[in-house]
Amino acid sequence: MSTDVFTARGGHGPRPPLATRERVGAVTGYMLLVYRRTLRGTIISTFLSPLFFLLAMGIGLGSLIDERTGGVGGVPYLQFVVPAIVAMQTMWLAMFEATYPVMDYIRWSKLYDSMLATPLRVRDVMVGHIGSIAGRLVLATSVFMLVAALFGGFATWGALWCLPIAVLTGLAFTVPIFGFTATQQNEDGFNILFRLIATPLMLFSGTFFPIDQLPVWMQPLAWVTPLWHGVESARMVALGTVDPPWLALHTGVLLMFVLVGWVLCERALTKRLVT
Amino acid sequence: MSVTRPTVCGMANDVLLSASGLTKRFGDFTAVDGVGFAVRKGESFGFLGPNGAGKSSTMRMIGAVSPVTAGELRIFGQDPATNGPQIRARLGVVPQHDQLDQELTVEENMWVYGRYFGLSRAQVRERAVELLEFAQLTERAKDRVEPLSGGMKRRLTIARALISTPEMLLLDEPTTGLDPQARHLLWDRLFRLKRQGVTLILTTHYMDEAEQLCDRLVVMDHGRIVAEGSPRALIRQHSTREVLELRFDVDDHAEYGAKLAGIGDRVEVLPDRLLVYTEDGDTAAAEVHDRGVQPLSSLVRRSTLEDVFLHLTGRTLVD
Ligand SMILES: Nc1ncnc2c1ncn2[C@@H]1O[C@H](COP(=O)(O)OP(=O)(O)OP(=O)(O)O)[C@@H](O)[C@H]1O
Ligand SMILES: [Mg+2]
Repeated sequence: MSTDVFTARGGHGPRPPLATRERVGAVTGYMLLVYRRTLRGTIISTFLSPLFFLLAMGIGLGSLIDERTGGVGGVPYLQFVVPAIVAMQTMWLAMFEATYPVMDYIRWSKLYDSMLATPLRVRDVMVGHIGSIAGRLVLATSVFMLVAALFGGFATWGALWCLPIAVLTGLAFTVPIFGFTATQQNEDGFNILFRLIATPLMLFSGTFFPIDQLPVWMQPLAWVTPLWHGVESARMVALGTVDPPWLALHTGVLLMFVLVGWVLCERALTKRLVT
Repeated sequence: MSVTRPTVCGMANDVLLSASGLTKRFGDFTAVDGVGFAVRKGESFGFLGPNGAGKSSTMRMIGAVSPVTAGELRIFGQDPATNGPQIRARLGVVPQHDQLDQELTVEENMWVYGRYFGLSRAQVRERAVELLEFAQLTERAKDRVEPLSGGMKRRLTIARALISTPEMLLLDEPTTGLDPQARHLLWDRLFRLKRQGVTLILTTHYMDEAEQLCDRLVVMDHGRIVAEGSPRALIRQHSTREVLELRFDVDDHAEYGAKLAGIGDRVEVLPDRLLVYTEDGDTAAAEVHDRGVQPLSSLVRRSTLEDVFLHLTGRTLVD
C-alpha cells in the first residue's frame, strides 16, 4: 500500500476505500490485542481442563479398561479417547467464544457498534471475529495435541490431521452459535446451550465410548450433531483407520454446519446491529 | 481556482448535510417524524430536545449506521443507503454512551480505532500522540481505560473519533453526566475543532451547552422539529428579554397565576415556581410587590433556550 493512500485517508474529501484484507485485518488486529491481554486466563481454561480429562479418562479409566478388555476393539483406551477429547475441547472453546464475548460486543460494551460507525461493515466484523476465533482454536488445539502426544495419546503421524478436523468441528459450533447469540437479549440462553446441549453432546457423541453402546433410539441423535462427526473423523485419522467415504461424509456434514450457520449468522447479526 | 458544482435541491454547494422528510420508525413506533434540516461546512448545528425526542435516532441515521425509514438524507452529498462506508470514512462519531474497550489501554483504544479507517500503524501512533495531547490524556496513555473518570473517558471517545481527521463530528450528548469543570474543558476542545473548520453536529438537553456551542439549532419534541434558528434568534422570537422567577410558600403555584395576570407579556405556571416573561424584570418585580403579593423568593434572569422550549411545548426540558 503506498503512503499516498494512507495520507489521503487522513485528509479531507473522499477517501480511498479499504481493501477487504484491510477491513478484516483491522478487526483481527483488535482481537489479537484482546487475546494477548487475556493470555494467562486462556492458558488455564483452554489447557488445564482438557488435561484433567486426559489424566482421568485416558490414563485413569484407560488402564482399568485396557486391563479388563484389552482396549476398545484392540486399541488402547488412551489412543481411542484422545482424538475425541481433542475434538471435544475444541468444541467447548468454540462454543464459549461464540457466546459471552459476542454478547459483550453486541450488548454490554457495544464495541460492534463502535466498529460499525467506521467504514467497516457487518460482514467485515463477522469475518474478522470468526477468523480470530479460528486462530485461537488452532492455537489451543495445537498445544493440547502436543501435550497429549507426550502422554502417548497418538498412535500415528496421521494424528496431525486431528488439528484441522478439530478446528472444523469447532467452527461447526462457533458459526451457528454466533448467530444464535445475535438473537439473544441476555445470557440466559447460554445456560441452556451449555447444560442441555453441550454436556449431553460431550457424553453421548462417541467420545468416551462408541455410540453403538447406546440404545438404538439414541444413535440417530448422535448422527445429526457435529461433535460425533468430528470425533469419528479425528479418531479415523489418528488411528490410521481412514475410511475415505465416511471421512468425506463426516467432514461434509461439518462443512454444512459452517456454511448454513454462516448464512443464518450473517442474517441474525445484521438484523441485530443495523437498526 | 474554485470549482463550481451544481447545487443540490437549490442549496449552496457547501452544504455537507441535508435532510427532508426524514423519518425513522421502529415497528409501529415513529421515533423521528419527517424532519428537515441543512448544515453547511464549518457550522455547528444542534439538536435540542428532552428524553425520547428522537435526537439519537436522528444522529444514528446521519452516522450512516441506522437505515432511513422514509425521506431523504444526504451526507457529503451521498446517500447513506448506498454509500455508507464512504460516508463513515469521513465522519467522527461520539455516541451517547462511550463504547471503549475498558480492558485495553488508552492508546490501544486509539490505535485499534484508527486501523478501522485504514490508517497505517505509523499513522495511528502519530495521530494518537497528538490527539491525546489535545484531550489532555497524555499522562494516562498507557493506563487501562476502566478506572478513568467519566470526563476522561468522554475526552478519549472524542479523541478517538478524531483519529481519522473527520470533516464532520457527530456528538451525541457530549457532556451529559460530567461535572462543570469537565464540561468546560470539553467545550473548549470543541471550540478549537470548530475553529479548525470541523463541522459539528451535536445533541444536548442542556440549554447552556446549546447556547455555547451551536451556531444554529433545531428544537425537537416527539420526533418533530418545533423550532429552528440561532439560539439568540430563537430566544428573541419565542421569549422575552428577561424572566422574573417567583416562588411561593404553597403546594400549588397555580393559585398565584391569576393574581399576577397582566404583569409582563405572559405568566407561565410551573409546579414549583411562576415565570413572568417581560422586557424588564425589575419593573415586573415592583408590580408584583404593588399588588401586595409576597413571594418567598424572586429572581430576575435573562431568557434562555429553556424558556423557548417551555413556550413551544408547555414542558420543561430536563425533568
Ligand atoms: N432500537 C430501537 N428500537 C425501538 N425503539 C427505539 C430504538 N431506539 C430508540 N427507540 C425509541 O425511539 C424514541 C427516541 O429515542 P432516541 O434515543 O432517539 O431519543 P433521544 O432524543 O436521543 O433521547 P435521550 O435524550 O434519552 O437520549 C424513544 O422512545 C426510544 O425508546
Ligand atoms: Mg439520545
